[in-house]
Amino acid sequence: MYIFIFDTLQLLKRHTLATLRLPIWIAVTLIQPVIWLTIFGQLFQKVVEIPGFDSNSYIAFLTPGVVIMTAMFGSAWSGMGLIYDLNLGVMDRLLSTPVYRGAIIAARVLHASLTVLVQSIIILVLGYILGAKIESGIFGILGILVSAILIGSGFSALSSGLALLTKREENLIAIINFFGLPLTFLSAAFMSEALIPNWVKIISIFNPVNWAVSAARNSISGDNWSAVTFNCFLLLVFALLTYFFATLAFKIYQKTH
Amino acid sequence: MQKKEIAINVENLSKIYKNGVKAISGVSFSVNFGEIFGLLGPNGAGKSSTVRILSTLSNLSDGSAHIAGQNVTKSPTEVRLLTGYVAQSTGVDAWATGKENLLLQAQLERVPRKKINKRVDNLLEWVGLSSVSRKLVKTYSGGMKRRLEIAMGLVHEPKVLFLDEPSTGLDPESRRKLWNDLKYLQKQKKITVLLTTHYLEEADYLCDRIAIIDKGKIVAKGTPSDLKSKISSDIVTLEIDNQIDLASNILTNLHGVNSTNVEDDKIVLQVNNGKKILPSLVLELQKKSINIVSFSFNSPSLDDVYLKFTGHRFEKDN
Repeated sequence: MYIFIFDTLQLLKRHTLATLRLPIWIAVTLIQPVIWLTIFGQLFQKVVEIPGFDSNSYIAFLTPGVVIMTAMFGSAWSGMGLIYDLNLGVMDRLLSTPVYRGAIIAARVLHASLTVLVQSIIILVLGYILGAKIESGIFGILGILVSAILIGSGFSALSSGLALLTKREENLIAIINFFGLPLTFLSAAFMSEALIPNWVKIISIFNPVNWAVSAARNSISGDNWSAVTFNCFLLLVFALLTYFFATLAFKIYQKTH
Repeated sequence: MQKKEIAINVENLSKIYKNGVKAISGVSFSVNFGEIFGLLGPNGAGKSSTVRILSTLSNLSDGSAHIAGQNVTKSPTEVRLLTGYVAQSTGVDAWATGKENLLLQAQLERVPRKKINKRVDNLLEWVGLSSVSRKLVKTYSGGMKRRLEIAMGLVHEPKVLFLDEPSTGLDPESRRKLWNDLKYLQKQKKITVLLTTHYLEEADYLCDRIAIIDKGKIVAKGTPSDLKSKISSDIVTLEIDNQIDLASNILTNLHGVNSTNVEDDKIVLQVNNGKKILPSLVLELQKKSINIVSFSFNSPSLDDVYLKFTGHRFEKDN
């Protein structure tokens, strides 16, 4: 177990250093949430006037949605790095060492989680400046961060598993583009749950993105901690299942390669 | 029971890929500790597949393989600790520095923490990358990358080093340097090297023993000179200044001489083994006071060996 953690941290260090050497990537990652918050915040500010919308500040409503959307999209790309490693022989080199095989996946997931954590904090600070007060205080913030990290881990593991099975960037890009936005819009990320059509509501029950949105939003309001706990539990199951899927995909990759 | 004294022992190894391609069929060979052993063959002959199985990156379909007595299928972790692997494709992280690459490799290869820094610095020094060790690998030339890869393959001081096409893509100067480095490793560090190559010259210069592999099967193995001596009829040409007919008669009756032809003042001999027979040729002629003005001797190349065993010329395959 100690060696597993050691391996994971060594590989995490590699991914983190590589990320820090991508100034354009960092800039875009930081600026993108700003654009989401300001554009969506301005565009839809009158939405709160619709009768039945259960918030009176759209920016306060939107902030957790943007946190979760950013966490989901950012992590969904983490399989790309894996494909890069496969194509350049880096994976072969890693596999020729006694490194824990699980650590290779775990480091990717952890790296995605770390990125999500930093991004989420930035979005929350920006949201606060724009007027999104977190009434539930420190527990609310923790609730949002936990749900963002859980959805990020899940999508990162899912992406890694798909990368190992498809082995091509093109395939992974197509899959992420195909599922990304629908999963976001089949949730209460941008629209009050009270106002979304019934069929969307039914689908959203099974949508991990919606679990995360629900957990994050209930954390902000601090009214319904049991909903936060329940959704975080679902997210944890999702993250564990996707991690299991990624490990399985890795085994298949090693067998067939 | 597998003997520990044999560095690499491969018995009846076969590999069939899922798509039905039979990459290796019934390959057997063994490599002693301290040897540089070469798998020589064209692209697609099954060389890389063999090395991938031996370094635990790929599963075997049939047969068995042992590294220092450890079974590659049953004890992969032990085998990984005993071996270093340098792949055909780069395998280094371009977005890390040379030193970071080596440090990570050292940690994953379980080099004791106290020894890591010294080992990494020494290796960087040895491969001549100390001055660029803090630069990103993406700024390195092909030769520098290859040297870093070899350093990474050696960081845990493995008993056996696998090199898959080590000189592919290197300029002649880097190639020569690589060969010298490998000879140094063999002499100073007693490292066993298994390399694959499709350069006849490389196999000839570098390897103590080679196996020629063609279409997934080993068609010949032995030392380069052994293999060359299996090619009958070396050509020896002698220039004689007197009594050329007498000389021709003497030589024709010598054991090991297949034929003699007199051309002007030269005798052209076809012999079984030019190197072995040359001294006795000289001796027999001197007994009769026949002087040899000059002689030339054409030794068969590995290319001739390759042709004999595979039925096709090497160049056409590559």
